[in-house]
Amino acid sequence: MSATEQQTATETTKETTKETTKETGQQGFGGVQARSGVAINAQSRISIRNLDFFYGPTLPKALKGINFDIPERQVSGMIGPSGCGKSTLLRVLNRMYSLYPGQRAEGEAMMDGVNLIDPAVNINDLRARIGMVFQKPTPFPMTIYENIAFGVRLHEKLSKPQIDERVEWALTRAAIWGEVKDRLLTNAMGLSGGQQQRLCIARSIAVRPEVILFDEPTSALDPISTLKIEELIDELKKDFTIVIVTHNMQQAARCADQVAFFYLGELIEVAPAAEMFTAPKHQKTQEYITGRFG
Amino acid sequence: MSTTTLDGTSIPGGAVQRDTGLARRRILVDRVIRWACVAATIIGLLFLASILGTLLWRGLVALDFLTFTAEFEPTTYGDPDAPRGGLGHAILGTLIQTALATAVGTPIGILVGTYLSEYARGTTLGGTVRFVSDVLLSAPSVLIGLFIYQVVVLPMGGFSGIAGALALAIIVIPVVVRTTEDMLTLIPNTLREAVVALGAPKWKMITLVAWRAALSGIATGILLAFARIAGETAPLLLTSFGNNVFSTDLSRAMASLPVAIYQQANSGFPDLIEIAWAGALIVTLGVLLINIAARVVLRKRI
Repeated sequence: MSATEQQTATETTKETTKETTKETGQQGFGGVQARSGVAINAQSRISIRNLDFFYGPTLPKALKGINFDIPERQVSGMIGPSGCGKSTLLRVLNRMYSLYPGQRAEGEAMMDGVNLIDPAVNINDLRARIGMVFQKPTPFPMTIYENIAFGVRLHEKLSKPQIDERVEWALTRAAIWGEVKDRLLTNAMGLSGGQQQRLCIARSIAVRPEVILFDEPTSALDPISTLKIEELIDELKKDFTIVIVTHNMQQAARCADQVAFFYLGELIEVAPAAEMFTAPKHQKTQEYITGRFG
Repeated sequence: MSTTTLDGTSIPGGAVQRDTGLARRRILVDRVIRWACVAATIIGLLFLASILGTLLWRGLVALDFLTFTAEFEPTTYGDPDAPRGGLGHAILGTLIQTALATAVGTPIGILVGTYLSEYARGTTLGGTVRFVSDVLLSAPSVLIGLFIYQVVVLPMGGFSGIAGALALAIIVIPVVVRTTEDMLTLIPNTLREAVVALGAPKWKMITLVAWRAALSGIATGILLAFARIAGETAPLLLTSFGNNVFSTDLSRAMASLPVAIYQQANSGFPDLIEIAWAGALIVTLGVLLINIAARVVLRKRI
């Protein structure tokens, strides 16, 4: 073979190898299917700067100097091993820690120019704008209708037909209207686990927040309910900014547009989902994703 | 380097042999304990059966329509044509005083129980309040009667139904406090967080969700408190003292079943003693029915 022929051959081989890498790259480590690597261009809804969190006055920091931007109308996923601070950060965003004396946060979480952590910000208004769905579905001990109307009545004065409309809208948006429209006045405790979780999501939506926080929403559910809720989240991100904490990496890869990896209270890396699961930049991220620990 | 004398290749103790003597003794001890438990249960049940039996035997004889509707009449001993009395006045008095006591004591008890569970969990003040409530729960009821005597009866210048109701209310409060706090503490924190995450202020979370979730337990506590005060005698002796006629006047002495039983049993006249037995049966059956109702309520809600 002549030198040029060899060169062309090598080049062709290189190109083929590059193409193959790109294909398997989309597959990612462990066959993880990630979204396309579209860069997140949306503007930031919440900007977190230098956030510290303490579980008690004498306890060490649970979150250390977090700097994180949550883009508008995108799904931001937070992953990391147990105890890394991802749920802690989520609960700082709607000041859940105010229920427990001794816990405090320092730093900034700016939304529309206002620091959410500042005690001067009215906490009930804050929670009306930033809703939360928890790991364990918790329907209130009331009828399905009352469950949804409860949140609406807290913040708005609406007539009965208006509340009826809002209830129907929320249940439709949460993909559960068809299953409950004939039993709105029955007790919500009679629903199945997946239905209860969708009810909780409807409850959060009914208040029309801007951001919805999901704290491991499907870890207590069966795979079919999990799939329904993931599809729901995909639908919801058209109108709401979504932050989801999950210990299931595959779920983060399926649902999230941008993923943040936390470890021992620190934010190690933030990247678009495709990049995070195919070419992570940090050593620790790569070890976690390939399953070396966690 | 191992210094043990065991060679590590066989189980020490020689060939495996089960000691049959040990096993036989174990079975024997098991049987003895089991029969002791059964015997103790039988003894307890015998006492209960004997009390209920005596009540039914003695009480049913004297129980008739007149017992429920007539008020007190002096004994017919020596005058067989005299009108026979009943306990209607006492039943009315008990109903009025226990209803008033429950109406006064329940809101106070629920609020204190809510405070202990929602606002003061883990604090020293909360611990102190709980301790005081428990002491009051097991305080001799005659002391409560004496306290109300000093504070209400003496200034008012005489016995009254309102004093009786107040004494009973003080007995109701710690029972309701204890039940409310226990039921509210049972509610998982996840429910509280879910309510608060919607933007509800704490008081709305408590009144609209927490109380509703604990409702059956709190209702049971109230029923049990009601059943308890229905049978209290000592505080009523010192506060409302008892009356012989139908009366709804709270500012005067008022009759009640336990006091009427006491007074008529003490009179020495056989026919009045019979009526006292009937009264005892009424009280017991009433308390029994309330307890059964409390259990039915609890089971239905859960």
